[in-house]
Amino acid sequence: MDGFRVLGVAIRREPWIFTLSTLGSVLFGALTVADAWVLGWSTDHVLLPAFDEGATSAGLVVAVLALFVGVAILRAVGIVARRLGAGIMQYRMQAAYRREVTAQYLRLPMAWHQRHPTGQLLSNANSDVEAAWAPIAPLPMAVGTIAMLVIAVVQMLLVDLKMASVGLLVFPLVTIATLIYQHWSSPLFTQIQALRAELSEVAHESFDGAMVVKTLGRESEETERFAAKANQLRDLGIRVGRIRAMFDPILEAIPSLGVLGVLGVGVWQVEQGNAGAGDVVTIAYLLTIVAFPIRSIGWLFGEFPRSVVGFRRVHRVLDEKVTTEYGDARLTSTEVGARLEVASLAFSYDLDRTLLADLSFVVEPGSTVAIVGETASGKSTLTTLLTRLVDPLVGQVLVDGTDLRDLAPGELARQAALVPQTAFLFDDTVRGNVTLGEDVSDEDVWHALRTAQADGFVAALPDALDAKLGERGTSLSGGQRQRLSLARALVRRPRLLIMDDATSAVDPEVEARILEGLRQQSRGSGSNGSTLVLIAYRKATIGLADEVLFLSGGRIADRGTHDDLLVRNPAYADLVNAYEQSAVPAEVSE
Amino acid sequence: MSDVVAAGTSVDSGADISAWQTLKRGIEVSPELRQGFWGTVALALLGTAGRVVVPIAVQQTLDKGLNGPDGVDLGFVGVMAAVAAVALVLTGVSSYFMTARLFTTAERGLATLRIKAFRHVHDLPLLTQNTERRGALVSRVTSDVDQVSQFLVFGGIIGIISVGQIVVATAIMLFYSWQLTLVVWVCFLPLFASLGYFQRRLSEAYGVVRGMVGQMLSVVSEPVVGALVVRTHAIEDRTQARIDDSIARYQAASTKAQGFTAFSFSLGGLSGGLANALVILIGIWLGFAGDITSGEVLAFAFLVTLFVSPVQMGTQVLTDGQNAIAGWRRVIGILDTRADLDDPGPDGATLPEGPMTVEFDRVDFAYPGGPPVLVGVSELIQAGSRVAVVGETGSGKTTFAKVLTRLMDPTAGEVRLDGVDVRSIGFDSLRRRVVLVPQEGFLFDSTLFANVRYGDLNATADDVRAAATELGLGDWLEGLPHGLETRVGQRGESLSAGERQLVALIRAHLADPDLLVLDEATSAVDPALEMRIGRALERLMSGRTSVTIAHRLSTAENADEVIVFDRGRVVQRGSHQDLVAEGGVYGRLHGSWAAQQTS
Repeated sequence: MDGFRVLGVAIRREPWIFTLSTLGSVLFGALTVADAWVLGWSTDHVLLPAFDEGATSAGLVVAVLALFVGVAILRAVGIVARRLGAGIMQYRMQAAYRREVTAQYLRLPMAWHQRHPTGQLLSNANSDVEAAWAPIAPLPMAVGTIAMLVIAVVQMLLVDLKMASVGLLVFPLVTIATLIYQHWSSPLFTQIQALRAELSEVAHESFDGAMVVKTLGRESEETERFAAKANQLRDLGIRVGRIRAMFDPILEAIPSLGVLGVLGVGVWQVEQGNAGAGDVVTIAYLLTIVAFPIRSIGWLFGEFPRSVVGFRRVHRVLDEKVTTEYGDARLTSTEVGARLEVASLAFSYDLDRTLLADLSFVVEPGSTVAIVGETASGKSTLTTLLTRLVDPLVGQVLVDGTDLRDLAPGELARQAALVPQTAFLFDDTVRGNVTLGEDVSDEDVWHALRTAQADGFVAALPDALDAKLGERGTSLSGGQRQRLSLARALVRRPRLLIMDDATSAVDPEVEARILEGLRQQSRGSGSNGSTLVLIAYRKATIGLADEVLFLSGGRIADRGTHDDLLVRNPAYADLVNAYEQSAVPAEVSE
Repeated sequence: MSDVVAAGTSVDSGADISAWQTLKRGIEVSPELRQGFWGTVALALLGTAGRVVVPIAVQQTLDKGLNGPDGVDLGFVGVMAAVAAVALVLTGVSSYFMTARLFTTAERGLATLRIKAFRHVHDLPLLTQNTERRGALVSRVTSDVDQVSQFLVFGGIIGIISVGQIVVATAIMLFYSWQLTLVVWVCFLPLFASLGYFQRRLSEAYGVVRGMVGQMLSVVSEPVVGALVVRTHAIEDRTQARIDDSIARYQAASTKAQGFTAFSFSLGGLSGGLANALVILIGIWLGFAGDITSGEVLAFAFLVTLFVSPVQMGTQVLTDGQNAIAGWRRVIGILDTRADLDDPGPDGATLPEGPMTVEFDRVDFAYPGGPPVLVGVSELIQAGSRVAVVGETGSGKTTFAKVLTRLMDPTAGEVRLDGVDVRSIGFDSLRRRVVLVPQEGFLFDSTLFANVRYGDLNATADDVRAAATELGLGDWLEGLPHGLETRVGQRGESLSAGERQLVALIRAHLADPDLLVLDEATSAVDPALEMRIGRALERLMSGRTSVTIAHRLSTAENADEVIVFDRGRVVQRGSHQDLVAEGGVYGRLHGSWAAQQTS
């Protein structure tokens, strides 16, 4: 049973809490049985004699009170220990696995992330972790129940063999009924789970495409699409309900019928002189109170399939061995830009298709290079190689003469910054998003925002630098997000700045101002100069560069200044002119 | 680009309605929940009656079977047990019907609630104005409803049974002895009295947990969604610290809530133990007076267990109930948020076919509580003309397009299409005659055919091919590996941005509107594709009135007329040449564009 193996992991990691909660549960179970014994004892020694003799003693009164209340208090302690222990154990395991999974996400290289869909990784860290440890909640109860069953059975056997054998039929019957119920209902629960995900997808997609839905007036069709799933979910829910409706009364009737049987056999035994009235009461009471907890074993088994799946999915991430190796070289931080060199570099994601081949170029300190090429020419891949998000298959990337692979961890990030096309914002304030937790003065933050042309809209936010961003905060447009993302790179004063079409959603006019600021800075009077690598489409951006690398089919097809290339390379000219002009060909007539 | 920070567009959280009102509204929205309610309650009472069969049987056995006047009476016990067994089976059957009915009505009612809420969300301004909050809307029609459903079916059963059990147990106890009944109730009184307090603490504690969970999930997503940023800025340690912190806080909050639950759950057992002891002792005392038999006292002991479990379960149900009511409130909050646009429906005006004139008459627009976005816009656009709208970020040009297509209503003034106020045009007619092609060509995760057909639900594959050919995209369509059956992936991401735009254009062409409003895309597209898009657009616009929110100089150059927005007002209007000569805002915009062309 894989379910038990998963639980074994949890028990090995949290042996003390598991022991505590199980002890609590066993205590609870034992005392529940003791309760029946106390009732039987009171019947035989206090109640019936008192009724027979018309008198009782103070000692017995105190004994009854002490026994019942004492048992009740200890039982309450047992309940608290069991429930709290199970909760603590479950939350600790969840927390530990979430920490480990996220630490692994942070450790694994970018290439690994690119191979795995975001949604899947998020559910690994959230719902899979939860599913894996869900059986911990009913575990102590189930263990305690088993203990209780054993004690109850022994006690019943000690009291009277014949009555016990009637009663003992009850436990296996309840267990079998519970297992049949699990067997019938758990596939339906799996289906419901899957259907819920589908329903959520439909809603997500429909709300995502709201513009299209609304402008084409397709609300009714969308509602039908959603209703189809909602109704499927409803019908499955009703089916589950029917099964439950059938099993609930059965599970309840079995022990009750057992009690009736015990009463019959018990009276017969009393008649034969083999048992006392108290014995009948004890066994009848035992059956009533023990039958219900048997279901907790069913709950435990019910959680197993989901748990095993969740555990395996989480471990697929945890057992991943790929890591990035680092050296220990450090670079000297100077006031001038870094020197970037790419030497005979080749790269591909899969061996059939070479993405970049035989790439060699040098970007001198403080200069600006634009990389131009069609989509899928390998531009974005090149930026990931320059920032060591992936390592080249062949060749080297060197900063100030040092191979990126020889640099100490974090060293490259200190010197170089990549601004991606899609800006990612953290669920944090504007300041937090720019500084990323580093100790940077507000003055420097504003300076970076100014260069990125983001100071205007940030100043207009209700709390300026302290405005919350992200899901529960202010919503920003694509262009504003890109500008914040740029400010985040600039505030670090990188000696090498790589922009991967990082201003694509910014108005051309604003973009021009940004680039003007950057150019001044990179050619600046020695202070904080940086080397710039731009992936660009717009002519204005490209025109900034000292040199243009024209990439085609993963190779450098041509290089030179923008003006030179425009004149001498028709393919280049076509490409850069196309973007500006093709929207509406100038001389099309009606 | 809409650099607009949408303000004041929020959904009613429903936080200010009481639990009782929520329930009333909930049943109003899902009338199924009321169907056969009393029948279900009757069945429930019958079902719970089964639970007192055993205590009565024990009492009968002791009093008449064992301690009867004739000593041990086996025959009596046999008959009594058989009768009791029949009673158990009958009550079991009624439990079956009760549970099945409850599940059926609850699931039906909630499906209705879900579907109504979903439909209503599509009428909310929030959806088109504040894209970041969409996730929250999804959870309202999914997990919030699930929460209510879980409660109604599981909590509902337990709740009804618990209350029924307490009522039935009390009734039987009263039948045996009112004095002992009083004793039992007195033992449980402190528990009932403290219920309110524990409920408040529990709901507070779980409220904190829910808040923490949201925060944790958001932070946990950082190393995945922000993988690139984390690596390029080497902030692994800080990210891990943030994650560990939020995980720890969630863990602490959950543990605290669990502690409360465990403690409040254990209280029922304490009262039960005390009740049992007192029942026996006071029972003996009453027995001396001859008021009660030993069997009746024992039956009481069994009845006390019938009392303890529903009280414990009831506590649990109340806690779940708090969550469910909160979820229900959130869903009802959606339904109670007024849609911003009223569809005049079938009574509305219908637009005549053919190219359309557009008239803005002193139109103002502002988001609730926000600064004015459009101020006194009065413009007439002639039928069949091609107009480009330009302006800086935040100048109001995108808002202009949204008001024009009635995604939003002006705060003052009127928009008229062919002389008719848009607010009086039926949505059916309006959405057929006026089509907005948004900036990003959003596609549904389906085939290309299904996506294109969104423009005209009756279109056949041949119609689609014909439409593509008319736009000069026939060969592109043929060139796709699976043609019309190509799967486009989530949000259309299996296609490139440019290809998505092509699909959006074919879709718009199939819809065949008389007024076409285009929000020009800004993202870069391969030159060859860019050329195609340009040609397709050209054909799409011919024979129609078109308004393009332009981000490119070339678009403005090729329009019949250019309308220039600045800070919410129209500051210039005329042909490209005239406006260049005039200078002003357009001159400045043109200057910066031109600078980019030539640098």
